[in-house]
Amino acid sequence: MNFDSLLWVLLLGSLLGLELIGKVPPTLHTPLMSGANAISGITMLAALTAIIKAEPNSPLLIIGSISLGFALFNVVGGFFVTDRMLAMFSRKPTKKNK
Amino acid sequence: MNLPDIIKFVIDLLAVLLLALGIKGLSKVRSAREANILAAFAMLLSVVGLLSYYLGTSGIPTQSWVWIIVGSLVGSLLGTLLAKKVPMTSMPETVALFNGFGGMSSLLVAIGAFLFPFNEGAKAGSLEPFINDVSISVSIFVGAITFSGSIVAMAKLQGWLSTPGWTQVKARHFVNIVFGVTSLLAFTYLISGNISSIWLLVIASTLLGIGVTLPIGGADMPVVISLLNSYSGIAAAAAGFVVDSQLLIVAGAMVGAAGLILTQVMCKGMNRSLISVLFGGSLSSQTTTSSGSGEYVNITSCSVEECALTLEAANRVIVVPGYGLAVAQAQHTLREVTKKLEQNGIEVVYAIHPVAGRMPGHMNVLLAEADVPYEQLKEMDAVNPEFPATDVVLVLGANDVVNPQAKNDKSSPLYGMPVLDVQEARTVFVIKRGMSAGYSGIKNDLFDLPNTSMVFGDAKKVLSELIGELKDLGVGEK
Repeated sequence: MNFDSLLWVLLLGSLLGLELIGKVPPTLHTPLMSGANAISGITMLAALTAIIKAEPNSPLLIIGSISLGFALFNVVGGFFVTDRMLAMFSRKPTKKNK
Repeated sequence: MNLPDIIKFVIDLLAVLLLALGIKGLSKVRSAREANILAAFAMLLSVVGLLSYYLGTSGIPTQSWVWIIVGSLVGSLLGTLLAKKVPMTSMPETVALFNGFGGMSSLLVAIGAFLFPFNEGAKAGSLEPFINDVSISVSIFVGAITFSGSIVAMAKLQGWLSTPGWTQVKARHFVNIVFGVTSLLAFTYLISGNISSIWLLVIASTLLGIGVTLPIGGADMPVVISLLNSYSGIAAAAAGFVVDSQLLIVAGAMVGAAGLILTQVMCKGMNRSLISVLFGGSLSSQTTTSSGSGEYVNITSCSVEECALTLEAANRVIVVPGYGLAVAQAQHTLREVTKKLEQNGIEVVYAIHPVAGRMPGHMNVLLAEADVPYEQLKEMDAVNPEFPATDVVLVLGANDVVNPQAKNDKSSPLYGMPVLDVQEARTVFVIKRGMSAGYSGIKNDLFDLPNTSMVFGDAKKVLSELIGELKDLGVGEK
């Protein structure tokens, strides 16, 4: 893709993000932040690309791998922790007795 | 377009769609959990799309597979472990840590892409090398700030770092400007081909992240984390330019923009502007001389026993949980108290201020963890008209959010902040460790009112004593 079309992608993506969440109930601020945070670990795609395109025996393999590790820590941990929070809201009131 | 291109295009498109639906769904209570799973699925899909594309075109060398598997296994396992083990009260610092690692990932991949260029596009000149370098520099700059800022935020929330006094002096702005200008210079050098200035950029932007985050007070931290979360989206989008991936750019831009909106929403709830959060320093240091400070003249203190007696006679009780309750981790003890009251036929409702807890929405999570039925949690606008018909209000570790000054005193720095009108109730008990001010550093007029009694002590300790007293009174024994 050439640069200017990538810029369009950036612009439209930003506008989409601005529109996506208008009203958020305060209850969901923390989970939403946590979930969006997990999505920001999408840099794992960049790390993957770097590892795949690296020459054999290149230090890039290691750098990419560490970067991938950090990204996946963010993604996997982020989704799990968000799910843990949200699971508490969806609990049925009838099941509250221990 | 040949087949692998088409497949990847379709998968990417689908992933973007699902991610957008995921973020959208996360902002509604009913759909939030499914939306989170949907977003996670979209992320998995994007990885499958990328891997299958390279399998279908250039192929993936065995060595790359090894490093991919090692990196993803270690990262996912550690992340899962932390996510499953961490207590709910530590949520803010956990999100900060995850966020910092995301920034670190962008930072590392950008450094790698700069030192060992792998993008054929940049080499061949279809994507100009200049733009490639700019994207790398942005990714490094934002990634490093996200990383160091998030780590500082985490350390402060965890209590490993306090706000050092010297960070409150005005000179800190000068220091941060120096860091900022140095980053900018390194940025310019880097784009003009000076490879070694990459390290200057890394160091200067790391220091900038620390310098900006360090002076910010604990209660403002959630706003900072939300902002840093937005930054990590921007860093991801910049990395998208580096590896020429539309998916990465869209997803990064979405998170960046959505993060900004969320930051704005949070600021509104706290009656703070983003500028004053970022550059104002800790709030308490500026307002010590403001009109709000003054001596308390009419403090009524009472024992836990009196509190229990009043509660027993009540028909309707509203609990106002706050930051102090979260810090004392007393949500389970609180639930035991309210269970006893409910067994005695007393109606109990929880009034949740938008910024109660250590983070907006955090209190809901904590109370849900303690098995409080969702329908007993009431938001501010819903519960405010109910206070006049309420016998007892229990204020637990909340302070500024119940300060009537915000409604009555135009000269107060709190003026205009939405608050809970607890003073309308017949009796108010404030359980609090001492007379120290809330994080705004402002005197709370509520404590001086004739219908307010203070019960001094740690929230958890007072509540467990309260359980004992209620037991002695025979409450909830049926």
